[in-house]
Amino acid sequence: MNLFLTISFSSIASSLHNWLTKTIGNLTMVQVTEMVLVGLSLLVFLVPLCFVLGYMERKVAAFMQIRLGPNRVGPKGTLQIVADTVKLLFKEGLTPNASDKFLFNLAPIIVVVTSMLVMAPIAFAKDFQLWDLNIGVLYVSSISSIGVIGILMAGWSSYNKYSLLGAMRSGAQIVSYELSVGLAIISIVILTGSLRMSDIVMSQANGWWIFKGHIPVFISFVIFLIASTAEINRAPFDLAEAEQELTAGFHTEYSGMKFAMFLLAEYINLFVVSAIGATLFLGGWMPFHISNWAGFNNVMDYLPSSIWFLGKTFFIIFIIMQFRWSFPRLRVDQLLTLEWKYLLPISMVNVILVTVMAIMGWHF
Amino acid sequence: MNLLGEDIVTEEGEFVINIGPQHPSTHGVLHLKVWLDGEMIKKIQPHLGYIHRSIEKMSESLSYRNFIYATSRMDYLSAHINNQACALCVEKGLQIEAPPRAQIIRVIMAELTRLASHQLWWGCTGLDLGAVTPFFYAFREREFIMEIMEETCGARLTMNYSVPGGVMYDIHPNFQTRVKDVLKQIRSKFNEYDDILTGNVIFEQRTKGVGYLSPEDAISFGCTGATARGSGVSCDVRKWFPYDGYEKVQFKEILETGGDCYARYMVRMAEMKQSVYIIEQLIDNIPQGDFQAKTKMVLKLPKGEFYQRVETARGELGVYIVSDGAASPYRIKYRSPNFCNLSALETMAVGSKIGDLVAIMSTIDLVIPDVDR
Repeated sequence: MNLFLTISFSSIASSLHNWLTKTIGNLTMVQVTEMVLVGLSLLVFLVPLCFVLGYMERKVAAFMQIRLGPNRVGPKGTLQIVADTVKLLFKEGLTPNASDKFLFNLAPIIVVVTSMLVMAPIAFAKDFQLWDLNIGVLYVSSISSIGVIGILMAGWSSYNKYSLLGAMRSGAQIVSYELSVGLAIISIVILTGSLRMSDIVMSQANGWWIFKGHIPVFISFVIFLIASTAEINRAPFDLAEAEQELTAGFHTEYSGMKFAMFLLAEYINLFVVSAIGATLFLGGWMPFHISNWAGFNNVMDYLPSSIWFLGKTFFIIFIIMQFRWSFPRLRVDQLLTLEWKYLLPISMVNVILVTVMAIMGWHF
Repeated sequence: MNLLGEDIVTEEGEFVINIGPQHPSTHGVLHLKVWLDGEMIKKIQPHLGYIHRSIEKMSESLSYRNFIYATSRMDYLSAHINNQACALCVEKGLQIEAPPRAQIIRVIMAELTRLASHQLWWGCTGLDLGAVTPFFYAFREREFIMEIMEETCGARLTMNYSVPGGVMYDIHPNFQTRVKDVLKQIRSKFNEYDDILTGNVIFEQRTKGVGYLSPEDAISFGCTGATARGSGVSCDVRKWFPYDGYEKVQFKEILETGGDCYARYMVRMAEMKQSVYIIEQLIDNIPQGDFQAKTKMVLKLPKGEFYQRVETARGELGVYIVSDGAASPYRIKYRSPNFCNLSALETMAVGSKIGDLVAIMSTIDLVIPDVDR
């Protein structure tokens, strides 16, 4: 048997817990130690993840734009992004004199912390989840909407007109598109009957929702893709930092590490929405199963679940990256028109369709 | 510490932002003072002078051969056409004509310049609207043209190829085959341009009905080039006042009646095809003979005033020379297309959003060194 299948992540976690209880003894101290360990492992995971995403973004852009992309620093240019990070680390982090210094320095931290918090309920592999709380999906959508406060804060405290315009735009945008993302998520919650991430993944054991749920779920998937691209401020919805209009939007005044934090948050958000999309619609870590095909399902099980999860996530990331490099940017009123006149009514009708489908049991 | 709201908004309750002189979408050092109501534009004031090099005044102390070189630095994207205009004006004063071979070479180079300029504009329009990818596609083909220019006269951008009486050197032996190769390449790429930008829903939304310029306004502001032709005003100098043998080639003057950014975009896209068509007619029919008429070492124009207009990639360029019979001009004045087109910007942009302002500026195709000179 495959080694990945025999060792379960939960058994590792419980043996670690037992070992810590034996050596430390005090239960509070054990929990604190475990939290520190989890936080550290998250950081250890996130930094390489951002390097991978940054490298991937450059290579996808280069692929779309008939050029080579980074190919000098390190093998095939893989260390380019490391060099850039080091540069950003050593740059002076300027705080403008006229700015509200406390809020100005707090904003990037809020943005990064909220994007990291959303990582908690995501199931990276079978039994590998930081916190499988019973309102997982609700938690994700509520925490991710806190990020907008950081962006508003950045724009407001910078004392810069471009930043202010960018922040206002992003406020309007994120608040609007939250609705569509929420409704798209709800359609899966209706079908599953649970907000818990592990339940949602387990419900797709005999087929992913995108295949089981007929057209309505496919529509929700498309709406989810569009709306979450808008929610994480990526092109063609990157109005908050529209380079050609607002120079850099809400982070015009940021430099050095504070700017890098915004960049970090952007990539983490990109990963998070893709991971949630993969979990809800493409089955998370669940291998590709077709009900009644036992032999086929067994073969599929041989691939480790983490590979399945990352494969699906990076597939969605790739799609969102392609958006960025192929479309022009929308105007601010068109952005809101798209949400309030098209996406929201469609997703409302779609939720009703999904509900009818779930009640009648028409899905597979 | 200043609290927000104290001087971000002026005493009259106005929100003013300065776009430029260093801003990604002004394509140079244009400074626009924009009065805003939320995102809505209430008033625009262009501030010029950041790249004023007094080319006109400088030319008064240069000889008739030398002042032409300064004009390459005006509208640097149609450098050859600027040189051509000056050379034609001096020829008019000397009452000579360039040999047929030189004329045809000049026209081919002018159309190649126009093609290269429009390709750069196309890439930048995509860039201004937030699509980065078209820029690279545009530069791919532009590079071929730049290589031809480099081979022909040694320079890629500021060519200085036209001189009074003809062109500076004869064409390279490879010129004809190379141009034909490039045209074939470029012709096959037009569909790609349409696929990536023209047909895009977001692009159409961003440009259709945006920045409307009525034909009356276009005439009264003195707009020329694609800016006026997008509003349905026929103003192609190549048709109305042909020079250098443009009367002998067949091409259409592209007119659109929309008057919006999309119309101006479509005019330029079609003009690229017309330029290819013009070069295709001429490239096999370059007559043999001299590439330069015999002229004296020191050129002296007779006393009087001379005016020559040409169609650059952005509109009508007029060269006005006043001569007092000396070896250098008494006064030179350029009627630059960009200056007049820029003056129509406020009419087009008031009432629209900041995002539209960027789209309008990119479809006017401003080159700032030409505005200031």
